[in-house]
Amino acid sequence: MTALAAKLRSALDSDLFFSFRHSPATVAAAVTVLVFLLGAGLAPWIAPHNTYEVVTLNLSDAFLPPAWTESGKASFLLGTDDQGRDVLSTIMLGARVSLMVGFAAVLFAATLGITLGLVSGYVGGLVDAAIMRVADVMLSFPAVLIALLIDGIARGVLPRDLHSRISIYVLIAAIGLSTWVQYARTVRATTMVEKSKEYVMAARVIGLHPALIMLRHVLPNVLGPVLVIATIGLAIAVLTEATLSFLGVGVPPTQPSLGTLIRVGNNFLYSGEWWMTIFPALALVVLVLSVNLLGDWLRDALNPKLR
Amino acid sequence: MAEASRPLVRVQGLKRYFDVSAPLLNRLLEGQPRLTLRAVDGVDFTINRGETFSIVGESGCGKSTVARLIVGLYRPTAGVIEFDGADMSGFRSRKEMAPLRRRQQMIFQDPYASLNPRWRVRDIIAEPIRAFRLIDGNAAIVARTDELLRQVGLAPADGDKYPHEFSGGQRQRISIARALASQPEFLICDEPTSALDVSVQAQILNLMKDLQRELKLTYLFISHNLAVVYHISDHVAVMYLGRIAELAPTRVLFSRPRHPYTRMLLDTIPDLAMTGRQRNPVAGEVPNPINPPTGCGFHPRCPFANERCKIERPEPLPARGDAPGSAALVACHGVEEGRLPDDVRPLNAA
Amino acid sequence: MPRPPANQPLLQVENLVVEFPTRRGVLRAIDDISFHIDQGEVLGVVGESGAGKSLTGAAIIGLLEPPGRIAGGRVFLDGGRIDDLPPEKMRRVRGKQIGAIFQDPLTSLNPLYSIGRQLAETITTHLPMSEAEARKRAIELLAEVGIPAPDKRIDHYPHQFSGGMRQRVVIALALCANPRLIIADEPTTALDVSIQAQIIALLKRLCRDHGTAVMLITHDMGVIAETADRVAVMYAGRIAEVGPVRQVIKHALHPYTEGLMGSIPSVGMDRQRLAQIDGAMPRLNAIPQGCAFNPRCPKVFDRCRVERPDLMAQGTTQVACWLHAPDRALAKAAGGGRG
Repeated sequence: MTALAAKLRSALDSDLFFSFRHSPATVAAAVTVLVFLLGAGLAPWIAPHNTYEVVTLNLSDAFLPPAWTESGKASFLLGTDDQGRDVLSTIMLGARVSLMVGFAAVLFAATLGITLGLVSGYVGGLVDAAIMRVADVMLSFPAVLIALLIDGIARGVLPRDLHSRISIYVLIAAIGLSTWVQYARTVRATTMVEKSKEYVMAARVIGLHPALIMLRHVLPNVLGPVLVIATIGLAIAVLTEATLSFLGVGVPPTQPSLGTLIRVGNNFLYSGEWWMTIFPALALVVLVLSVNLLGDWLRDALNPKLR
Repeated sequence: MAEASRPLVRVQGLKRYFDVSAPLLNRLLEGQPRLTLRAVDGVDFTINRGETFSIVGESGCGKSTVARLIVGLYRPTAGVIEFDGADMSGFRSRKEMAPLRRRQQMIFQDPYASLNPRWRVRDIIAEPIRAFRLIDGNAAIVARTDELLRQVGLAPADGDKYPHEFSGGQRQRISIARALASQPEFLICDEPTSALDVSVQAQILNLMKDLQRELKLTYLFISHNLAVVYHISDHVAVMYLGRIAELAPTRVLFSRPRHPYTRMLLDTIPDLAMTGRQRNPVAGEVPNPINPPTGCGFHPRCPFANERCKIERPEPLPARGDAPGSAALVACHGVEEGRLPDDVRPLNAA
Repeated sequence: MPRPPANQPLLQVENLVVEFPTRRGVLRAIDDISFHIDQGEVLGVVGESGAGKSLTGAAIIGLLEPPGRIAGGRVFLDGGRIDDLPPEKMRRVRGKQIGAIFQDPLTSLNPLYSIGRQLAETITTHLPMSEAEARKRAIELLAEVGIPAPDKRIDHYPHQFSGGMRQRVVIALALCANPRLIIADEPTTALDVSIQAQIIALLKRLCRDHGTAVMLITHDMGVIAETADRVAVMYAGRIAEVGPVRQVIKHALHPYTEGLMGSIPSVGMDRQRLAQIDGAMPRLNAIPQGCAFNPRCPKVFDRCRVERPDLMAQGTTQVACWLHAPDRALAKAAGGGRG
């Protein structure tokens, strides 16, 4: 227990925490992200209304404006949609889907990118050339285009009911496959630097298997920059998911994400029910902005040159 | 040959070329030629058990490449490396190499890069033990690493710290402890003190000498610092542009340098005793090793060079006038022809 | 600037203090050092890493990296104070009156401009010369620092020179406005031994010819022995000993200097072991009380652990060591006996 306390104290005393405390924007961003994580993560339990239980819905509650307007109702803080669902609750549940897809896509992209980057940087030669040319090709297309392509192929190849069941995984794979290049390139560059360092040479002198050297020696030393990319990557993944869902090729309508909400709400924008699209959009902007701010801070804090 | 009198390491005709050409596409588009860097270009020597054999030379002369070839980080382009009678190139698999690898370890130049910053010191030192499965059981490994830490002048408690908590000299001690962990006979030391301050260098050199005596170690010592080489070596090879210019017992080399390049190098040693000795800084710089001069590589800078030196590459030959068995090998036409003035330097300068 | 009296030193540093504010308190990297450099003199500043020798040089030319700052003391050049000059004026002093040579010649040269352009620009900034005159002078300077075919090489870029040649160019750059003082920070450390000897010989010759004084900062006693007139030995942000180079090297007074000299291997000396100073230079946040060297000193006695010694004259040298305190003439024998 005292060891844990000592660890905690040294963490609170670290330079990283110091720079965090002294950057108000970062603290605000962190709090925002935390609110989102808690709100989205606990949504099924803490959301004011269970919006996807059809029996609880009342169509007479449809199209209610936010609570502070004249015809608003106090129990629907941000108003309701065309089905009478509480917008705040749909945002919380939507953010949950968005964040889950985002985290999964980042995990997928990072795993793929780190592995390929490590191999590419460590082995070099033809293997490196092959991986990096593929990466170049991927990089020359916009991520959304690649994701659309992958989703389109999946739709064409898979039977319809199977596709709608696994469409969320297809989406994750699509976003992951369109963003791994960043990880791979960064890890490759850092690996090449680390590989020439003498501690790696010492491991080679002992005769360790290259895979072991990559895993035990190189990998822990290339993860710093990956953390930064992963943070900003989360923002990009959430945004990509929203874009795809907005275009209607993303998550199935049974599990609406922020993007789906914005798309659906968009249909009612011109008939005056602005809250249905503005609030989910605002939530998306604030979430992405906060995650980005966190990533920026992390990049500066981990970069010894800027300190 | 008897086990004891057989040299521990024998190197013959060792060559290592590096391809330093531009990438294929650039070569095709811009018509650039293929470029080969002859980092090591035909080197022969033997290292006896229990001695310190040094290779000295300026940057780019190939001395570090020789060290890495011997330790197996590079494969030779040509030539033979024998360790205790076994031809190193005869092994193809990692498993077959393991018993030999255990017997030779390396100490590196940069104490800030040679230890994995994310590992605890104890794990760093234990890595060879675990890799070669020398000791079973965690408690036994801890006991052994404690012993190693003490052996290099650190405390067992230091094992639980991370490398960044140590000074350069202490890190070099950790590096030595790791090298000793597999109980090797042969240590390859690549500029082990050139990144250290002089007072720390003295600590490390003293430690290395003590360990050599206690553990009967054989050292291959790579350095550019002639005074350090004089202090620690039994035999010295002077390298220039990938070849050995002169190889001799330490006292012979420093008291009676034959090769003009050796003489020039000795002239660069600062006169700390303040004797007012006249130094002749030689003009010129080491040529580009990608495009070395013909004949003897040193001829453009050599005050004694003639036509033969520009055309014919000199081979190392025993010098005249040394006691048999401890003769210097000199690769110089001028020395062979006896047209160079003798250069005898008294060694008791202090 | 008023004309200095003939006996006034060229550079006078008085009680210089350099500090680094960190969030765990202020670190004192240079702690109250004073020294001078005479006209045309070469002062060697020697010490191990962390001794503060490079910071001293940087503080004098106003190139301390933030958050480092001069927290006390004064620096005079030719009798005029320069440590409190505004950056714009300091920039003119640098280059015109003080030249600088650093360890890595690559960082001192702009890779995007030809060396001729860099030289001419420095010359026209500080001297009343036209472009054409400046170019002519640049070629002369390159010839003077031993660059073959200077009229051709002047249009080459830094990457087209070897390390040794680049350092020659940097020396030419430092010399081009005829400064009174050159601060050379490890000018030969990055070079090969044979090139080191050439650069040292060049620096010596040029400074003699131009009457330029040099503050030569290095960790290499050999370079000092070859080049300097006087030497200051630094330890943990203070000067341990300063005096004529021959005196300090052959008859070191401070136990640190003595240990340092003994730890240098030399050709011709057949010793099984080198003299060894145990331990390492203290970190800035853990400088011992009293004399900073006391935990490593073989001759330490009680006073060393409590009271910090200042430089005390001892013949031609000054030494900061209680062994040589004038009021300890009697105690000295006793202290030596106990050590």
